Amino acid sequence: MHALHQVLHTFFNPHSFTLAMPDVWAGFQVNLKMMFIAEALVLVFALMVAIVRGLPGRGAKPLRALAIAYTDFFRGTPIILVTFIVGFGLPGLQLGFISNRSFTVYGIIALTLVYTAYVSEVFRAGIESVHPSQRSAARSLGLSYGQAMRYVVIPQAVRRVIPPLLNDFVGLQKDTALVSVIGVAEAASLAQQFSTQNGDFPSYVVAAVFFILITIPLARFTDHLVAQREQRERAQAF
Amino acid sequence: MENAFVQVQGVSKWFGDLQVLDHVDLAVAKHEVVCLIGASGSGKSTLLRCLNMLERIEKGDIVVDGQSLTSGKVDVNALRRKIGIVFQAYNLFPHMTVLQNVMLGPRKVRSLSRDQSETIAHELLQKIGLESKAHEYPDRLSGGQQQRVAIVRALAMEPELMLLDEITSALDPQLVSEVLQLVRGLTEVGMTMIIATHEMGFAREVASKVCFLDGGRILEEGTPEQIFTNPTELRTRSFLARVLDAEKMA
Repeated sequence: MHALHQVLHTFFNPHSFTLAMPDVWAGFQVNLKMMFIAEALVLVFALMVAIVRGLPGRGAKPLRALAIAYTDFFRGTPIILVTFIVGFGLPGLQLGFISNRSFTVYGIIALTLVYTAYVSEVFRAGIESVHPSQRSAARSLGLSYGQAMRYVVIPQAVRRVIPPLLNDFVGLQKDTALVSVIGVAEAASLAQQFSTQNGDFPSYVVAAVFFILITIPLARFTDHLVAQREQRERAQAF
Repeated sequence: MENAFVQVQGVSKWFGDLQVLDHVDLAVAKHEVVCLIGASGSGKSTLLRCLNMLERIEKGDIVVDGQSLTSGKVDVNALRRKIGIVFQAYNLFPHMTVLQNVMLGPRKVRSLSRDQSETIAHELLQKIGLESKAHEYPDRLSGGQQQRVAIVRALAMEPELMLLDEITSALDPQLVSEVLQLVRGLTEVGMTMIIATHEMGFAREVASKVCFLDGGRILEEGTPEQIFTNPTELRTRSFLARVLDAEKMA
């Protein structure tokens, strides 16, 4: 019983909990900003990388190789290292514009670089899962490769990969906390500050609650989208 | 044949070690309806797919409307605008409504305006009695309805040649006749067509020429009367016997 009381007091003490909220909330707004901007950028760049990855023809070989190298590197390197390289390395270059941005901007860059690599693989899987007969049908109408991709293949590909896509975004949302290592004043680091000053840990729980509060709606939204799409595309002949 | 619209000359094709087309020669004049019959794997589909360059030929040549497909200078998208193809699996675009499916070609390939494309699409859907389904998604339609939409989607491009690749083979028997009715209508307005089919009765009715394919070659070619009533080759006879037997049992 004493142990339970200890746990409750150390992590869930209502007084500290309430006291920590304004600080942690101020930090969490930085997380929110980073995740919205990074998610938007990732959606665009990842689709571009996935398309480049699938470009046909010998002429596109160097581009395809570049796309593969990019995804291999940024999926193979721990995010924390990428964050260090971007957050400490870019300022260290002392190159005018790129060396004078805020830590938050570097955080967004690091997250975007890494998650573009992951999400591009998701898009690529989606594109490859669209049956070749769809491409044949589109090309047979006289649509060019680009038109067939844009009007027929990619719309179907994107709809198919919404669950793994949103899953990666949940990962991104949580990893906005990681960039605290380069000094971004976001929820995790502010929770830590508060914890040190106050001598207990409810501030961490407050931060966790904030994260969960945005992850759960996203999960339900994913379920809703999947159900909607399933209804529509259930009956293709083969 | 002089001035054939489609001239297939000595075409051979392999998939790895398997030869799927073996020195195929075929001439199709404008307004002709040629039916390709033969067992599965005899090369009918592959031949059709070579005609609109979905497959590449390895030997020989195909000349369509005066243009050689092996010349290396073919504008493949321009060629495909002239040739409509309909597949066994309909291949409608599931993320678009029926109307959008039919509109896509006119809008994006023929570069017509949205209004013009919509008008064309509505007219075609009206002709096949599926106007009421215009805003439905393909999964709400029966197989026969989907296939008829697939046909008018190809017709929306105003092609000069229609290739039909066993378009009734995947349909429930009771849905076959509505599709054949549509195809019959096309032959009556003079559309040049090459039809791969198992529907012998239909082939007999609409074809000006029937070709029996066996092992990638055209074993026998002639008018429907010649092929169906009096085939000369043994393999043609046994194929027809098997098919007619199957039809009797159905």
